[in-house]
Amino acid sequence: MALYSEKVMDHFRNPRNVGVIEDANGIGEVGNAKCGDIMKMYLKIEDGIVVDVKFETFGCGSAIASSSMATELIKGQPVSEVKKLTNKAVAEALDGLPDYKMHCSVLAEEAIQAALEDYEKRTGIKI
Amino acid sequence: MIYADNAATTKMSEAAIHTMTELLQDAWGNPSSLYTHGQKAKEVLEKAREDVAAAIGAEPREIIFTSGGSEADNQAIRSAAESGRRKGKTHIISSAFEHHAVLHTLERLKKEGFEVTLLDVHENGLIRPEEVEAAIREDTCLVTIMTANNEIGTIEPIREIGAVCRAKGVLFHTDAVQAVGHIPLNVKEDNIDLLSASAHKFHGPKGVGFLYVRKGVPVTNLIEGGAQERGRRAGTENVPGIAAMATALKEAIAHMPENTTKLTALRDRLIDGLLQIPHSALNGDRAQRLPGNVNFCFEGIEGESLLLLLDDKGIQASSGSACTSGSLDPSHVLLAIGRVHDVAHGSLRLSIGEDLTEEDADYIIRSVGEVVTYLRGFSPIWRDLMAGKKEFIL
Repeated sequence: MALYSEKVMDHFRNPRNVGVIEDANGIGEVGNAKCGDIMKMYLKIEDGIVVDVKFETFGCGSAIASSSMATELIKGQPVSEVKKLTNKAVAEALDGLPDYKMHCSVLAEEAIQAALEDYEKRTGIKI
Repeated sequence: MIYADNAATTKMSEAAIHTMTELLQDAWGNPSSLYTHGQKAKEVLEKAREDVAAAIGAEPREIIFTSGGSEADNQAIRSAAESGRRKGKTHIISSAFEHHAVLHTLERLKKEGFEVTLLDVHENGLIRPEEVEAAIREDTCLVTIMTANNEIGTIEPIREIGAVCRAKGVLFHTDAVQAVGHIPLNVKEDNIDLLSASAHKFHGPKGVGFLYVRKGVPVTNLIEGGAQERGRRAGTENVPGIAAMATALKEAIAHMPENTTKLTALRDRLIDGLLQIPHSALNGDRAQRLPGNVNFCFEGIEGESLLLLLDDKGIQASSGSACTSGSLDPSHVLLAIGRVHDVAHGSLRLSIGEDLTEEDADYIIRSVGEVVTYLRGFSPIWRDLMAGKKEFIL
């Protein structure tokens, strides 16, 4: 049995929405180098919609795949929906993660929530 | 496919497979049985014992066959500890970067009242005999130091350490799992009292290994039962596996000079090539290392991603990152040589075999360079490093 599902490997090999948004209005960074995972999410929110999202990740295969999948799940979505995104949804969309890798999906959720908080702080708009 | 994880396991040699399959057919008798078929198996077993003993300069009766290196490590340490305890000696010296078969056994002994001193392995991954000497106390019963490290491949000065122990009357065990069949070893000249080895690290089968116990050193049983192995390890012997181990070991020793020359040249080619990658560093001493071991840290990336992408390019290797160990901490070996967590997560171990070519080595160098550059391309740590927001460690 392979370590990861095909979906995880697909998102790991061909990560979606990789990079930086120069004029992002919500940025969230979670994790630390000590534990071996850092995720950074850049959001561009216009009229309550996440019109663009990009990520940078230092981490293992499932961390990269979780970041990629999370960006796909929220792109084009209203912020109210994005706020409800859970790590479970990310993991399920990837056809599951090994138990000891579930924390990668948690990081993806936290990175997005951190970016939303940053957006609220910058704009004063409460989601 | 390029297999560069020979420190994890090796492919069985043709000759060892031949020995094993032939004996599965022809020598399936129980060596403890007195009839012809049992005695044939017994003959095979004792011939293997002679061959294995000769390979390390031991006497046949000093060899105990085990299920592998871990069992041999457990039995060696447990034996020396029990013998020490009987004399009121409950202090053991080891090093911080031993294999877990050693470290976890020592952890258990600590719970039983033993005191353990773990020596510093320094930045180059080499233990200093004078520090071993200084650590020996009146109540020290055992020094256990590996012959060669399984991750960074450093070769320890075991002969000198053994001499120190001999002079002080302390037993010396060495976990030689990565060394046997790869570098010259002689238990007499190297002053070794106990030595552990594993067949599958030198092109033999898995599930077989041996423990050398110098004549006169008391042995504690881990497995009670029959009188096999002169009452020191119960259980019907794995005759085909043991004989295949002997075949593989004889072969490894016969070809050691040319293999060493070839592997050392390839290893150095890989090291020189990978050092060209910016912000990378070799782990462990460059000269005092196994002929087939290359171990690097690359700043700004994580090891598991690197391994998966190398696998996609047909290269199979290993890493000491937390994600490959199933824990949050990276390799205890890399931490022991002073690599901080941030860079220890970005490690790569290539343990090459005799079948590797120069073209393969160049392909590995190119591929690692490409993958590291790619992963750094979307690493937030790398971005911070490049932007000067964070200081480079390597």
